[in-house]
Amino acid sequence: MGAPDIIKQHLIDPEICIRCNTCEDTCPIDAITHDDRNYVVKAEVCNGCNACLSPCPTGAIDNWRTMLRGQAYPIDAQLLWDELPPEVPLPEGEIDAIARIAEDSKMPAAAVQAVEASRHTSPKAPWSAAHPYVNLHGMRAPVTATVAGNYRLTADDASSDIHHLVLDFGNQFFPVLEGQAIGIVPPGTDASGKPHYIRMYSVASPRDGERPGYNNLALTVKRVDQDHDGLPVRGVASNFLCDLAKGDAVQVVGPFGNTFLMPNHREASVMMICTGTGSAPMRAMTERMRRNIANFDGRRLLFFGARNQRELPYFGPLLKLPKDFLDIHFAFSRDPEVPRRYVQDAIREAGAQVAVLLADPHGYVYICGLKGMEEGVLAAFADVCAAAGQSWPDLEATLRAEGRLHIETY
Amino acid sequence: MSIDYSQKIPNNVNLSDDRTLQRALEHWQPAFLDWWRDMGPDGSHNFDVYLRTAVSVDPSGWAHFEHVKMPDYRWGIFLQPADAARRIHFGEHKGEAAWQEVPGEHRANLRRIIVTQGDTEPASVEQQRHLGMTAPSLYDLRNLFQVNVEEGRHLWAMVYLLHRHFGRDGREEAEALLGRRSGDEDNPRILGAFNERTPDWLSFFMFTYFTDRDGKFQLCALAESGFDPLARTTRFMLTEEAHHMFVGESGVSRVIQRTCEVMRERDLHDPADVRAAGVIDLETIQRYLNFHYSVTIDLFGADQSSNAATFYSAGLKGRFEEGKRDDDHLLKSDVYRILDVRDGKLAEREVPMLNALNEVLRDDYIKDSVGGVARWNKVIEKAGIPFRLTVPHKAFNRKIGTFANVHVSPTGEVLSEAAWQANMDKWLATDADRAFVASLMGRVTEPGRYANWIAPPAVGVNRQPVDFEYVRFN
Repeated sequence: MGAPDIIKQHLIDPEICIRCNTCEDTCPIDAITHDDRNYVVKAEVCNGCNACLSPCPTGAIDNWRTMLRGQAYPIDAQLLWDELPPEVPLPEGEIDAIARIAEDSKMPAAAVQAVEASRHTSPKAPWSAAHPYVNLHGMRAPVTATVAGNYRLTADDASSDIHHLVLDFGNQFFPVLEGQAIGIVPPGTDASGKPHYIRMYSVASPRDGERPGYNNLALTVKRVDQDHDGLPVRGVASNFLCDLAKGDAVQVVGPFGNTFLMPNHREASVMMICTGTGSAPMRAMTERMRRNIANFDGRRLLFFGARNQRELPYFGPLLKLPKDFLDIHFAFSRDPEVPRRYVQDAIREAGAQVAVLLADPHGYVYICGLKGMEEGVLAAFADVCAAAGQSWPDLEATLRAEGRLHIETY
Repeated sequence: MSIDYSQKIPNNVNLSDDRTLQRALEHWQPAFLDWWRDMGPDGSHNFDVYLRTAVSVDPSGWAHFEHVKMPDYRWGIFLQPADAARRIHFGEHKGEAAWQEVPGEHRANLRRIIVTQGDTEPASVEQQRHLGMTAPSLYDLRNLFQVNVEEGRHLWAMVYLLHRHFGRDGREEAEALLGRRSGDEDNPRILGAFNERTPDWLSFFMFTYFTDRDGKFQLCALAESGFDPLARTTRFMLTEEAHHMFVGESGVSRVIQRTCEVMRERDLHDPADVRAAGVIDLETIQRYLNFHYSVTIDLFGADQSSNAATFYSAGLKGRFEEGKRDDDHLLKSDVYRILDVRDGKLAEREVPMLNALNEVLRDDYIKDSVGGVARWNKVIEKAGIPFRLTVPHKAFNRKIGTFANVHVSPTGEVLSEAAWQANMDKWLATDADRAFVASLMGRVTEPGRYANWIAPPAVGVNRQPVDFEYVRFN
């Protein structure tokens, strides 16, 4: 996920790699190939699932370059390398554009490659998480889903066009858990004749389906119709998805993700922090708990940021949820009525509750949205903890070790 | 697939459903631990070592790193997940469903293959047991121990197959695996290279680069086997084997890098001056390379072998990447060109491919090992030093097969006995070379410090810094 034209390109360091073939064997979607000289990653296939990282005996596998998508190193070039090229800073205009998008607190839904995992996130799932299925369908064997519904979520006069899309899997085995993502394979090829990138989308519905008992799931998709400079551009996957009609077919790969999963034990409390379409996994978890409320005694705290309420997906339905089920704190950064406010401001305001949940051994934290929010949220946690006489670094270490801090930013 | 930690032996093979087998293994485990105490890394039992433990067979199961005492390491039994539709894809049984149990007619051969493979695992631990005393850094000490515990796990993997599928014979063979000793005159390990000494760290790095790569090729060939449990076990072992080759490749590379740094900084050229500066001269590295390379390629066996043909035709052991080759996978009418000695010269001749399968695997191995040597040369080239390491001719210094009775130079000329004796010391590491290398060895225990003769690694283990406390001595 990330800005539409910026990718984190996955590369293998040829000076450290020993050509053992482990990564190529491990990759669930055949993104890695080799010749007599080098092992290389196909930028247009890799979805950043990181399955290859742990088995690599050398660490050569763990290299990433922030690139303009059009300038990603093709494998022909990588195969000739004796060493990694130096990191080339992005052009000024692009940096500004990224900053502007981050400030926008909206997720550009035309996801590109998933990026390097945050160093703060837990490497494991909550102990009571259900066991996820992952990588059932790779690039070579995508599964075909059918569109069962496609609705616009944002107000007609809102500047962003966010859709709620329901995909049906018929009798095919494609189980997903709340917090997992799926990959969409846009049809056709790009200008140079290569297949389009797979885009990753977090599932927005609970495990038993968008409609309980149906083999379907929901996605939250924002149409990308301009680039960072405000010039018109068509985001390939997001436009494809937003324009689908009921009955259309979609090629899907996945599921992906085995750590950003919800706890299932009775005492568990969750704190969810998101912006824009980063709300998708939060909606899935909340809905799971709402449908099975008799089995969940903990608290649910939601911090949700957007430009204003018209741009906020699921704003209406959220307001209908009782406060004792979901304690919602909105933060609007472009509301003419109120001063600019970001999720970290809302967290500081609710400091006492936040501190209690962070210190609760059954408290679980989920953060999903643009990369820019991560630092702000963690800083707010540090302040909140300090005020409560706790040490955030110690607490963070415990949360990470116990699978209680999950961050997905892009 | 999750692993049941409540079991004494972590596994993904439903051990708890098979009480007989479980008891047999539980009986073997104390014997294994006794062997580890006697023959495992010397004086190390109380150290906390930052080890990677396999806790499951999916990719995320590899990320389990923590400080553990080696006798408490969880040696588990893991098989690659089964593919119910898997079929034998070479030899006379091609197209039949892969065997889940040992076919009676192939029992003796399969047992022999498993025992031969299994014997190398404890052997290398025995060969390396004193190296911890002279580790050039905590990082290297940790890598040595990681290699050792994984060799221990590989032994477990083979013992599981023996216990599970070979009854009483299997149990006896499993016991014998703990009875033989590397280099023992009366009861040696089965294969020659595994009775050689690994006296210093340059030998260790060469061994893990060259000899563990033999392991990779043997495991790859067995991972094609029609006997499914063997194929799945060896497939999983390959990921660990890759770490051993990394230790070797990066170890030699760091030795070379350090030598080149010192040569350039002080403008040294003469090997004697290089040695005087406390680093290993490139000429000595070449002689070590010649030795380990030639001893290792003997491990592939005789260049013509009816056993190899039998193993292949019976579907027991395939070729490297059998599944990726497009031929008939029967090879009955194929030929292969092997080297022979004719009129005092080396010359190629064609033989039936089935009989030459050892040679086929050896040639695949050679191609693979040459690649790493080229990468070592890049380090020398980058330093601007006009020296290149070379891989000797495959007939050089051989003790098994056609070339066992001739002398061949590293460049491939057949030599008289006198010419060989006169030049041997130029080509193979001498006692004096080994004494010099041994004189540099001394344990470095301060986190982040590296012995003078080796460069620090480019990256640490599991994203830890290079000055991490990889081993705590307590």
